[in-house]
Amino acid sequence: MLGEINYILFNSVMVVSFVACAVYIVFFFSQREGLRKIARMIFLGSGILQSLYILSRYFLSGYTPITSQHEAVVFFAWSVTWAYLSFHWRYSVKNFGTFVSVLVVIMLCIAASVSRDLQVLSPILQSLWLPVHAGISVIAYGFLALAFCGGIMYLLQERELKTKNFGFFYSRLPSLESLDQLNNHCLTVGFVFLTLGIITGTLWGRQAWGTYWSWDPKETWSLITWLLYAAQIHQRFTLGWRGRRIALMSIVGFCTVLFTLWGVTFLLGGVHTYAQ
Amino acid sequence: MGVFILMPSETIILLGVNHKKTPLEVREKLALSSGYEEPLAALGTIDGLREYYLLSTCNRVEILVSTDAADVVEKKLAEFLFGDALTPDQYEKHLYCYRDAKAIHHLFMVAASLDSMIVGESQILGQLKEAYRWSSEKKCTGPILNKLLHKSFSVAKRVRSETRIGSSAVSISYAAIELAKKIFGSLEDKRVLLIGAGEMAELAAEHLVGNGAKDVVVANRTLERALDLAKRFNGRAVGLDEMLEQLGQVDIIVSSTGAPGIILHRDDVKPLMRNRRNKPLFFIDIAVPRDLDPALNDLENVYLYDIDDLNNVVELNKAERDKEAIKASRIVDEEALKFKDWQAGLAVTPTLAALREKGNAIARMELERTLPRLEGLSAKERKSVEKMASAIVSKLLHDPMLFLKSESCKDQSEMKVDMLRSVFGLEKNSDQ
Repeated sequence: MLGEINYILFNSVMVVSFVACAVYIVFFFSQREGLRKIARMIFLGSGILQSLYILSRYFLSGYTPITSQHEAVVFFAWSVTWAYLSFHWRYSVKNFGTFVSVLVVIMLCIAASVSRDLQVLSPILQSLWLPVHAGISVIAYGFLALAFCGGIMYLLQERELKTKNFGFFYSRLPSLESLDQLNNHCLTVGFVFLTLGIITGTLWGRQAWGTYWSWDPKETWSLITWLLYAAQIHQRFTLGWRGRRIALMSIVGFCTVLFTLWGVTFLLGGVHTYAQ
Repeated sequence: MGVFILMPSETIILLGVNHKKTPLEVREKLALSSGYEEPLAALGTIDGLREYYLLSTCNRVEILVSTDAADVVEKKLAEFLFGDALTPDQYEKHLYCYRDAKAIHHLFMVAASLDSMIVGESQILGQLKEAYRWSSEKKCTGPILNKLLHKSFSVAKRVRSETRIGSSAVSISYAAIELAKKIFGSLEDKRVLLIGAGEMAELAAEHLVGNGAKDVVVANRTLERALDLAKRFNGRAVGLDEMLEQLGQVDIIVSSTGAPGIILHRDDVKPLMRNRRNKPLFFIDIAVPRDLDPALNDLENVYLYDIDDLNNVVELNKAERDKEAIKASRIVDEEALKFKDWQAGLAVTPTLAALREKGNAIARMELERTLPRLEGLSAKERKSVEKMASAIVSKLLHDPMLFLKSESCKDQSEMKVDMLRSVFGLEKNSDQ
C-alpha cells in the first residue's frame, strides 16, 4: 500500500515538474505574463509533491531517505526547488525560474534512471546525525545550485552586453546587478549551510568512528569545495570581486559540489559510498 | 437649445505638411513659424471656418477645421499655409488634405505617434495637447473639434497601453538608458559624469536624471559652460583635469567633447577599478571622433558603447516596433470608425430639435386659440390644460424620436432624417 503510494507520488512528481518546466520554457520564449504565474503555481505543486514523496519514503524505510543514489538526488532536487521558492518569496529575478526548473527536471531524470530500491542501512548510519548532517549539506547544495544558475545567467547576459550583439537572451535576462545580488545572496546562505554541514559531519565522525576527520575522499572533496567558496567570499569582501569572476567561481564551485556528490562515489569510493 | 447644431453639409478638413511629404527647405518657408498666438489670430480672419485648430512642430504643420464651405476653405487654407513663398503649382505636391473620415484617421495616427519620424516617440502627444490648449484658450475650437481632439488623446493613450510601441528604445538616449538599466538594474542613486558640455550631453543627462540618476558632475574645458549645465541639474562642475578623480565616484559617463583624439585610455581606468571595489562603469561615447579608448570595453565590469553601437541598438528596436505599429493602426482604425458613428448621431440632432420645435409650436398655437374661449378657468385649471397639450405632443413624438436616435443602422441615419423630415413636413434644411 505505502509502496504503491510511493510509486504514484514519484511519477506525479516527474509529471508535474515536467509540466512546470515546459510552461516556464514557453513563457521564456513568449514572455506572456500570465504564463509565469501558472508556471510558478505548478512548480510550487511540484515542490509539495516532492516533500510528500520524501515523507512517504521515510515511512516506507524508517530512516531519513538520503542514503541511496536515488534518494540523495531527489533530496537535492527538493532542496533546489524549495531554495528557489523561498528565494522567490523575497526577491523576484526575471526568468530565473526557467533555469531552475530545467535543473530540477534534469536531477529528477537522473533520480528516475537509477535504482529506486530501498537499502538496508548499516548500523553506523542509523543515527540522528544522519538527517542533521545530510539535511544541512543538501540545503547548502540547493542554494549553491541557485548560485550556479545565476552564474550562467550572468555570463550569458554579460556576453550580450560586452559583444553588443543583442540576441535572444538580452531582453529575457534580468540586469547584471540583480544577477550579481542573487549570486551574493545564494552563496552566502549556501556557504553558511555548507560550513554547518561539515561541522556536523566531523561531530558525527567523532561519534561513529572515533575521529573527527578521516580524510575519506568525500571529506577531502567537501573540504576542497568549502575552500573554493570560502576563497570566493573572502575575495568579495576584501577585494570587492564581483560580476563575472564571482559568476565563474560559482559555476566551478558547483561542479566540485557535483563531483563531491557523485564523482567521489563512483571514482574514489570511501565511507560515504551509498550502496553496499 | 441645440448644443450640437451640425449642418448636414459641415465638413472636417485636415490640411498640412509633414516630414514625409515635404522637404525641410519647403517647410522652412512656411508663413507661420513662431508660436501659436499670431497664426491662430490670422486663421480667424478666414471666412467660413466654424472651428479651427493648428499644430506646429518641427516635423509637421497641420490645420484642422470644421467648415460648411469645404472647397473654398480648402484653397484659402493652403494659401494661408504657404503665404507668398510658393505658388499653388509648386506646393500642390507637398501638401496633403483630408476630409471627414480620412481627416479623423490621420489625426488619430498623428496622436498615436504612428505618423512620427520616430514611430512610437511620446513627445508628439504633448505637442498636440499644447496646440489644443492654445486653440481652446483662444476659443477657436467648438463642440466638434473639442470632442475630436479629446478623442485623439484617448486613442493615443489606448495605443500606448495596449501595444508595446513606446517601450523599445528608438532614440540614442533611450537606447543608452535601456543599456544602463541592463547593467545597473535601476538608475536610482547612480552618479553621472558628463565630459564635455554639448547639447547631446545635455539631452543624455536629462534622460538619465529623468530615470532616477542622482548626481550630475560636469567636466568641461571651459568651466563657465560646465557651471551653466551643472546648475540645470543641481550638479557640480569640475575642470577636465579632475576627470580621473571623479571616475572613482561616478557610475555612468557620457563623453561628447570635440577633442581630436582619445582623452581617456584603458590604462587610466584600470587601476581605478580596485578602489571602486569593481562597481561597474558604463561609458557612453557620443563624440565623433571618439573620446574614449575602445579597449576600455575589455576591462572587467566596464562597458563602453560608442555612437555606432547605440545606433545599432536603435535599429534593432525599430524592427520590433514596426510589428507593434501594425497592432496600433488597427486600434486607430477602430477608433476612427467609432468617431464617425458619433458624428453620424450628431447629424440627427438638428432634426430632433426641429421636430420638438414643431410640436411645441402646434401646441402653443392651439392653446392660444382655445384658452380664450374657455371662460372662468382658474389659474390652476389653465395650467393643467397647458400641461396636457404639451404632454400629448411629447408622447406623440416620443417614438419617432427614439427611431431617429436608435443605435441600429447608424450609417442609414441620413435616410432616416430625410424620411422623418418629409413625414412631419419639416424644412429640408434646418435653417428656420
